[in-house]
Parts: sequence; C-alpha cells; structure tokens
Amino acid sequence: MSELMLTVENLSAWYGAARILYDLNFNVGRGEVVALMGRNGAGKSTTMKAIMGLIAERQGVVTFNGGDISRLKPFEIARRGLGFTPEDRRIFVDLTVMENLDIGRQPPRNFPDGTPAPSWTPSSLFKLFPNLAEMPQRLGYRMSGGEQQMLTVARTLMGNPLLVLLDEPSEGVAPLIVEQMANTIVELKKEGLSILLSEQNIHFARLVSDRVYVLEKGQIHWQGSMTDLADNLDIQRAYLTV
Amino acid sequence: MTFSAFLFQALNGLSTASGLFFIAVGLSLIFGVSRIINIAHGSLYMLGTYIAYTFATHIDGGLGYWGGIVATALIVGVLGALIEIVLLRRIYRAPELFQLLATFALVLVINDATLWLWGPEDLLGPRAPGLRGAIEVFGRQLPSYDLFLIFIGPLVLILLHFALARTRFGRLVRAATQDREMVGALGVNQAVLFTSVFALGALLAGLGGALQVAREPANLATDLVAIGDAFVVVVVGGMGSISGAYLAAVIIAEVKALCIGIGVVDFGFVTVNFSKFTLVAEFLVMAAVLIARPYGLLGKPQAAVRSIAEPEEPIRPATPMLKTLAVIVLALLMCLPLLAQSSPYLLILGIDVLIAVIFATSLHFIMGPGGMHSFGHAAYFGLGAYGAALLVKWLGAPMGIALLVAPLAALAGALLFGWFAVRLSGVYLAMLTLAFAQIVWAAVFQWEGFTGGSNGVIGVWPPPPFDKSWVFFVLTLLLAIAAVLLLRRLLFAPFGYAMRAGRDSVLRAEAIGIDVKRVHWLAFAIAGGICGVAGGLFAFAKGSISPETISVGRSIDGLVMVLLGGIQTLTGPIVGASLYALLQDTVMRQTEYWRALLGIIILVLVLAFPQGIVGAAAHLFGKRRAP
Repeated sequence: MSELMLTVENLSAWYGAARILYDLNFNVGRGEVVALMGRNGAGKSTTMKAIMGLIAERQGVVTFNGGDISRLKPFEIARRGLGFTPEDRRIFVDLTVMENLDIGRQPPRNFPDGTPAPSWTPSSLFKLFPNLAEMPQRLGYRMSGGEQQMLTVARTLMGNPLLVLLDEPSEGVAPLIVEQMANTIVELKKEGLSILLSEQNIHFARLVSDRVYVLEKGQIHWQGSMTDLADNLDIQRAYLTV
Repeated sequence: MTFSAFLFQALNGLSTASGLFFIAVGLSLIFGVSRIINIAHGSLYMLGTYIAYTFATHIDGGLGYWGGIVATALIVGVLGALIEIVLLRRIYRAPELFQLLATFALVLVINDATLWLWGPEDLLGPRAPGLRGAIEVFGRQLPSYDLFLIFIGPLVLILLHFALARTRFGRLVRAATQDREMVGALGVNQAVLFTSVFALGALLAGLGGALQVAREPANLATDLVAIGDAFVVVVVGGMGSISGAYLAAVIIAEVKALCIGIGVVDFGFVTVNFSKFTLVAEFLVMAAVLIARPYGLLGKPQAAVRSIAEPEEPIRPATPMLKTLAVIVLALLMCLPLLAQSSPYLLILGIDVLIAVIFATSLHFIMGPGGMHSFGHAAYFGLGAYGAALLVKWLGAPMGIALLVAPLAALAGALLFGWFAVRLSGVYLAMLTLAFAQIVWAAVFQWEGFTGGSNGVIGVWPPPPFDKSWVFFVLTLLLAIAAVLLLRRLLFAPFGYAMRAGRDSVLRAEAIGIDVKRVHWLAFAIAGGICGVAGGLFAFAKGSISPETISVGRSIDGLVMVLLGGIQTLTGPIVGASLYALLQDTVMRQTEYWRALLGIIILVLVLAFPQGIVGAAAHLFGKRRAP
C-alpha cells in the first residue's frame, strides 16, 4: 500500500440514543478494493453514511485524500471526490436516466500527485453499462432493480470520484447483474479508482476485494486479506454465514 | 342565465385563476424542495401589491407601472432569499410544526411593517397604462387588463414548465423534491439550491401581487386571504405540481364564477342564493378533491423526508413534583376571587386564560399524542360558542343547558368532519381541517337570518349568580380542571396508548389489531367536544359571539399555544396557552404594533430553541448524549 486514500480513526455513530458504531479504525489505499463485511445490522451502511457525513451524531476522524473531512457537509465531501452509492439506490424516480446522470455531474479532478483521476461522461458510462445505453430517456420508476443499481453507480461516477463507497451492490438484484457488477468493479479498479465495498456475500466479495474488515455489532472483529478470509472458515461461520 | 353570460363568467374566472396561480405556484415549489410550509407566502404577495403601488404612483406612465411590476417581483424575490438565509436555514432540521410557527411569526412582523410603512388605508393603484380599455366579448365589456391576465398565467406556467424540464436548475429542483439528502451526497450545495428556490417562489408571489394592483386596492388583510387561497390551490392541485396548481386555480375560480353567475335560484320550495357560496366554494372543492384524491389532482404521495426530526419522546405520567406544583397553582387560582374587589380585571383575564387552556389542551390531544395537526380547531370552538349562543337566542335556554349543548354541538361537528379528516395525514389532513373550519365560518357568516351574520349573536350574558365575574371564574376553573383531567386520563388509558401507537406507525399498530382510523376518529371527536366547552364558556364570558372570533386566526392561535409550550408534554399546552394569552393581553396594550412584537418574540424563541422549548429543556437536563 503506497498511499492511503481514506483513513478512518475511532469512528462512532449514534441514532438518537442508540449507539451503532464503536471506535472503528480502518483504511483504504489508492487503487485498492476493500470490503466491509458482516451480517444485516452489523453497521456496514451506517459506517458508509457516517463517512459521507449523512449521520449527524458521529465522532472520530475521517481523512480523505490527505484532508480532514470529519466535520464537512455531505456535499463538501462529495466535492472532494468521495462518491457514495447507497444500498437502497435512491435514484430519482421522476427523472430520466440522462437526468439522473446530470445530477451527479462534477468537474474532472486530479490525484494529489497530479495524475488525472478517471473521468466519465454519459457515453463512456454507457459503454460500462450497456443496459443503460438502451434507455437514456427512461424514467427511474420504470427501471428494474438491476438497472437502478447500475444507474446509481453510474450517477456516482459522473462526479469523477477518487474513491467510491459502494453499499451492497449485489443486494436484491438478479445473478446475471451481480456478475456484471463484479466485472464493473474490477474494471473501475483497473482505471485506478479506490473502492470501499460493503457486502454480506463472500462469493461476491471474493471476486473483487483485496482486503476485508469484518464487522459485528458496530465493531471490527477481524481484518486481513481476502484470501485469508476465504480460507478462514471459523471467522466466516462466526460473523458471516446466516 | 343565458349561455353567453355563462361564457363571459367563465372568462372572468380565467383571469381570477391567473391570480390564484401566481400565489400558489411559489408556495408549491418551495414546499416541494424544502418541505417548509411557508405561511408568510401570502405576506410576500401582499408586499408585492404595496411595492407595486408605490412604483406606479411615484413614477409616471408605463415605466412606473410595468417597470414597477418587474422591479417589485425582483425586490420580493431578494427579500425571499434573505428570509431563507437569515431565518429558515437555521430551522430546516427543526420539527415541521416549528417551521410553521416561524413563518407565522413572519406574517405578523411583515403585516405590521407594512402598516408602519404604508399606513392602514386601502391603496388603490392606477389602471394599467396601455390596457385601460375594454373589449366586447359575448355582448359584454371585458376589461383588456383581464384579458392580459388570462394569458399571462398560462404563459408563466409554460415558462416554469420548461425551466423545470430543460435546465439543470429544474432537474436539481425535481431531484431535491424527491430526495434532497441524496442530492447533497452527489455534491450539490443544498443551501444555494434552497435559497434560489425560495427566491423564485417569493418572486412569483411578488409578481402576482404586483399584477393585482390595477384590479384591487392594496389591503392589510390580503396576507391571510392570499395564503388561504394559495393553500387550497396547492392542496387541490397536488403539492409540488405546478401544472396541478394551474388546474386547481382554474377549477376553483370557475366554480366561484359559476356561483356568481347562477345567482338566486328559486327551486319552488326553497330559494337559494348561489352567490353566497363563493366564500365556501373553494373549500368545498378542496374537501371534495381531498376525499376522492388524497394527494390532490396531480400530486403524488410525498416521499418520506429522511433523517429530519427525532422521533417523538414518549409522554410520561406526572411526577410527584409536577403534581405538587399543579396543586399549588390551583390553590393560587382559587385565591384569585379574593381579589375580585381590588382588581376585577385580573378575573376577566383569568377567565380568558382558562378558556385558552381548554382550547389548547383539546387541540394538543390530537396534535401531540394523535399526530393529527389540525389547522381548523376554531371550527369546534365556533360550534360550541354558536351552539350555546343560538340556543339562548332562539329558545331562551338557561345557561346550564346551553353549556351542555355546546360540547355536544362541537362533538357532532367533529364526528362528521373527523370521519373524513382521519383518512388523510400530514399536510393534507391539516388542510382538510382548515377547509372544514372555513366552511363553518362561512356558514355562520352567510346565514344571517339564523346566526346574525357578521354582527354575530349578542346579549348572551350568564344569569345570576354567574354574572359576578368571580363566580363565573370558579365555574370556568372547575370545567378547565375537569377537561384537563379527563383528557389526561384518556391518554394513559389503553385508548391513549392505541392512539399514540397509531401515530408512531399505522402499519405496526394495525398489525397488532388496533383500528387506527377508528381510534383517531374518536380522539378527534373527543377533542372537538372538549373544545366546544371552551367555545360555550367564551360566548357567556364575552356576552356575544361573532364570526370574527372563530376565524382562521383562532385556529392559528391554538397552534401557537401548543407549539410554544411544546408538543411532547402534557403540561405544554397549559403553559403555552397561559403564556400566549397573557402575552397577547399585555403586549397588545403596550403598543399599536403588537403583532410585530409578538412575531419577534416567537422568532427569538424559535431561533433560540430550534428543537422546541421542551426539546431544549430535555437537552439541558442531559437526557441525551452530547455529540
């Protein structure tokens, strides 16, 4: 790991009186795909929302691309090049595919060392997601779950992010789409993007991730490389299999 | 009515519709994006009429008039932006009703500012240069300015439509209407978006006001009339839909025009003057639309707003300390009659406060634990007051009977209106209750033969010994205690638990066997009945009752009382009602500009405690972790 893109130190978060996250520490290197794994309710989505500034009651230090983003507003975090695709997709259902993409549009940006970050346009995204290319004028609510999933990733990429928080991309979509999504992630990694992925499905995570943090009840219980986790059936049984 | 006269009225209706559209469309846009119901929108419209008047009378010719209209729209737009930046931006995370309170305070402040700047007289502007004439349509004279209005409404509709459909700003507005948090997470600065939407909405209101200068005089009562109209149009058309706003404006204006056109009709057995229905026409249309299409003609169910307010704290039984405090307060109140000789005004004020307490506590019963935000609680106050007063007037009933009938009349009304109201929720429920209150008000106002019309009913004095103010005070105190204790008892009975469960989650409550609609309906009816007691007492306390005392202003007073005290506690409405009644009384006697003063006090409270006074107290006592 030459260079850290995202460092999370002692991240905690609350919903009202209920504490969800307990002093999480982890990081994502440049060009790395890191998976946050754990069962439903382990705190994966909350972690991503807290990083993104979407949870008001949070503590800890989040450093992204060399700058402290802990107290920034979500739009300021997004403008630093941190992209977020929520698990429930949250595409704008009254807007067309093209309009959804336009909402996510941001100017191209560079990495700190001056190399340009991958930059996207609707046409380059349509190459990445051929399904979307067939329906540029379709309204969001007329799209299938898989198509919506692609759109939400494409919409985030329109912001030319340096790192993407990808929350459960395999959830609730057809197996064919899951496979396509995995290919996409590999593709994005090749382009130089860093990805923090949340996932329950070890088969999916195996296809794409370099490293893993395993969450349970808002705490990190295991961390290591993807290959180590794949071999470690005890950890899988304890924290992942249902 | 001949066919040509009918068509002529229809044209008239279209020019009125343009006016309604201008008021409503900005409100709808603002609500869509920010979820703020801007009660001060009518005030911005009113400012438009005054500012345009000033331009038209100080600068001669077409420049003063037409240039003035453009300048007015821009000025009001900038003012709107300032309001958003200075005030609203601080309270987006506050509970919805608190935002209402803040914008209501603005209504008060703007109204007095207008009074101070322009004086109390109605100001009639000049007629529009270039459009002073009239053209002949269907054998009648149609002012050419009306014709201009007929076209300008749809023109603005089309412009807005294209702006929303084709520009990035429009796409952002539509996206934020659905999920503003996600828009922010994609890198869009919501603050700028909100400010510009608010400015645009204000600009449209200012434009609408400015365009009316040639037709109607600028008037200080315009603000509440305009916001009432705007609410109706927006709700009928569907929140957030601009085409819906125009459609609703046309329907309402045409129904009104039709009522005037039909005039008096003799059905043989009864003669009906349809022109009297103009006051209620829009509310009848709204009630009908909401019952058939709960989200308005072109509206969609509102997307849930994410992560805005905290869930309601559960209400708790009174602590021993609170009970002791209550006993002390009651003991002090019981001593008040001893002062009957030295300071008689204190008892009168005490009666006012106690009536306010009954009124606010009954409203809180459905607002807080019921989650039904009634904007028309004045209806049940009015039914109680008029029920009692009319019984005395027409049948010479004794006070005891009249005070018994007051809650029954209100209960009957609440049973009827509540049956419809509980089928809706949120803003739509609020608007339907407002519609019912306006229908009651208009019926009282128009049915002169029975209710005395605008003169009201006079001479409703209590018989001896209740004519002594201390005896009446004791009676009021006893009834207030009974009302408060009854409502409290209900809240801690299974009925009250069911009601709160239904508020927190309809789905889950129904899954455990609670008929939520029925429970809420009963709660609505009980609250109405108790409110009727306040109305009955009010009629006897004042010796008279008039439509003015049961107008929308009273409903708003009730909301302010409940919100001031805090919606999450049971003592809240009692404290809030007392505070508000005392404040109104003392402030009103201090200055001519009492509205502005009251408004500023409310604004300060809202800005100092953006989570509500009770929320602030809870934070103070450390019930929650400080993040």
